[in-house]
Amino acid sequence: MDCEYFLEMFHINKTFPGAKVLNDISLKIKPGEIRALVGENGAGKSTLIKILGGIYKKDNDDGLIKINGETVEINSVEEAKKYGICIIHQEISLADNMSVADNLFMGAELMTRNNIFLNDKEMIFQSQKIMDEMGVDIDVTEKVGSLSIAKQQMVEISRSLLTNARLIVMDEPTSSLTSNEIVQLFYQIDQLKQAGIAIIYISHRLPEIFRVSDSITILRDGNLIGTHKTSDLSEHQIISMMVGREISEIYSSDKQIIPGPEFLSVTNLSNKKLRNIKFSLRKGEILGFAGLIGAGRTELARAIFGIDKISSGEIFIKGKKIEIKHPMDAINCGIGYVPENRKTEGLFLNNTIRYNISITILEKFIQFIHVNRKKEKSIVDNFTKFLDIKMVSADQEVMFLSGGNQQKVLVSKWLTTEPSILILDEPTRGIDIGSKSEIYHLINRLAQKGIAIILISSEMDEIVNLCNRVIVMHEGEITGELENSEIDRLSQERIMWLAAGGNG
Amino acid sequence: MNKSIGVNSNYLKKNPVSTFVKNNLGILIGLLALCVVLTFTTDYFMTGKNLLTVLRQICINVLLAFGMTFVLIVGGIDLTVGSVVGASGVAVVMLIEAGFPIALAVLLALFLGGLVGLINGVIVAYTGMPAFIVTLSMQGVVRGIAYIITDGRSVASTNKVFTTIGNSYLVGIPVPIYIVVVVMLVISVILYRTRFGRRMYAIGGNATAAKFTGIKLNGLVVRVYIISALLSALAGIILASRMYSGQPTAGQGYESDAIAAAVLGGTSFTGGIGTISGTLIGALVIGVLSNGLNLLHISSYVQMVIKGIVIIMAVGIDLFKNRNNSK
Repeated sequence: MDCEYFLEMFHINKTFPGAKVLNDISLKIKPGEIRALVGENGAGKSTLIKILGGIYKKDNDDGLIKINGETVEINSVEEAKKYGICIIHQEISLADNMSVADNLFMGAELMTRNNIFLNDKEMIFQSQKIMDEMGVDIDVTEKVGSLSIAKQQMVEISRSLLTNARLIVMDEPTSSLTSNEIVQLFYQIDQLKQAGIAIIYISHRLPEIFRVSDSITILRDGNLIGTHKTSDLSEHQIISMMVGREISEIYSSDKQIIPGPEFLSVTNLSNKKLRNIKFSLRKGEILGFAGLIGAGRTELARAIFGIDKISSGEIFIKGKKIEIKHPMDAINCGIGYVPENRKTEGLFLNNTIRYNISITILEKFIQFIHVNRKKEKSIVDNFTKFLDIKMVSADQEVMFLSGGNQQKVLVSKWLTTEPSILILDEPTRGIDIGSKSEIYHLINRLAQKGIAIILISSEMDEIVNLCNRVIVMHEGEITGELENSEIDRLSQERIMWLAAGGNG
Repeated sequence: MNKSIGVNSNYLKKNPVSTFVKNNLGILIGLLALCVVLTFTTDYFMTGKNLLTVLRQICINVLLAFGMTFVLIVGGIDLTVGSVVGASGVAVVMLIEAGFPIALAVLLALFLGGLVGLINGVIVAYTGMPAFIVTLSMQGVVRGIAYIITDGRSVASTNKVFTTIGNSYLVGIPVPIYIVVVVMLVISVILYRTRFGRRMYAIGGNATAAKFTGIKLNGLVVRVYIISALLSALAGIILASRMYSGQPTAGQGYESDAIAAAVLGGTSFTGGIGTISGTLIGALVIGVLSNGLNLLHISSYVQMVIKGIVIIMAVGIDLFKNRNNSK
């Protein structure tokens, strides 16, 4: 290693037809350095990474990439690998149908001496060795589809180690991990650092960035805002550099809303995944559900919304017992559910914003064969304005919107049904801090209008800062409840303790 | 940790027969039940001669179904297989009648078949058009060409050597069965023991992942379609030999039996899952079913209805089983 920097990028530009997405970006990373790459969605992080990984080509101009001091051209994924660059994409890119060992060696299979046949024995042995070295308990002959998300991620990391990566890019690696798993990941990252491997760490979660990174590069709208030592920056400074303006407050501080009378109550609710769930919800209240992934929070939402069957228990609205056997029953009772995976469960991505917003209330403007376009337009305009959805027009396809704006469309879809209870499942997952803040303000405004809100979130900050009351779940049971007066910064630890199954 | 290594070495030593039975349990039970019922309801079913007939009858479908399995594994579909059977049969007989040596005629017919696969593959892989549409259209093109060059009439083969391929026996077993066994060995090796086969599963399982690991998808997909077309052409040649003629109508609707065999054998329609052994059993089930229904003197119209229902039931049971497993 006679060169100080492993990777140097100079004056990288990238133009897509009609838009310049990267403008004169330069970047230098030393071996063993952990560099956080931050910026709002659309700031150009993924484009930059894709250029590095050989998926996109940079513009054909003065831009230059050097590896170990030598100028290189990266034209394909294979070439990137050859230079020791490995990217772990946000969506897990493993094949569910294949074993861990097959996935690890995908595209670089080990062969027997004649170089014609696969050497499964060796591949399985080598894979197991790597798993053991990483201290991960995975049987490498198991199908990847049967592993937890966290283990799948470990498989991805080990795959990069196998290709002798010198630089590993991790794109939002923790977005689907539980706190314990995140700790494990950070341990692995430290190991990689010790081994002299450089890491580019992309995340929206600032506390993680402070925990893990040596230095931070900030991008905004395709421009390089700056690279600084992590220790020189405060959370506040990073956010204002990312957003380009002061975010006076991420959470609006209107926690003083006084919730109204009891609206929904659930008693002894049980099914395959839930045991004896009992809670109540008041008008205008924001009730947080905290817990680890798999604690049964989403399952509870699905049960209340009539997607999953209830084996016992009762649901009351305004003291009256109701039967929910189908989502349509729930909608008729005034319940709306914004699911966790907005792309697969919530939105019709290749349809327009108008279509998505109006799909749940077609009967309001379509009578028999008469379509009242004016009324549709007024409903759609009303919501796009109320939620401040950034779009060219309502006829734009939803897939071209940013994550935050997609989430707003999804929320509008439910608001059109004029719900009195809105269940939000991880509403800010994978969206940038600016949009997050807008979603928070929105939640507060909805609560002020008297809508009772159930907020399922794995982000402790959200739970602590947004909710009037917090219920903690663990393995399908409620393990604790924190009232408004108890919720403060310190309560995070208590919530974690309850979420991990602790008593009291 | 050491414990899990222990598990894996066990996996390597795992008996292939028991793995095979475990993976194909449902369909194996079905096949067995079918055989038992037919043994008791007919006098003729459980005789060596009849069983050999069943095997010989399924040869054509097995070859097509193997090709279909390959294509399904990479997440595609090939509806041209039946028309390639017809066209290659016509081609081989016409070439022989025109004076070409048999070996050369067979090679040329295979080449022409492979060409259809190349066209299918290139269009599917490089334009991103849905395989269903591409191969459905190509089906018409290929069948049409078979009609055009024969003027719609069948071409009789006067070459005795050629017609013995499909009609003779070796040690009491029909020659086509040997051909199928050899093909099965070869494609099993390709699917399970080579990079190419392993990457087929990767593409079908998660094309994006495969791409990001540097696998060249397009070339691989093209080759898979070529393999399917080659197997169809081989089937067409055997069929022509058996029928003493090249018939432009041969192989009509064979794609549905091929798909049925693959799917009965556990091949996933969404790609990434499928085995040679499973497909073989699937083809056996269809073959035994047809044979049994014939022996029971059930009309071919009723047979169509029964076959359709059996396939829906079998796949339904499989789906149900998997759904329970995943929960």
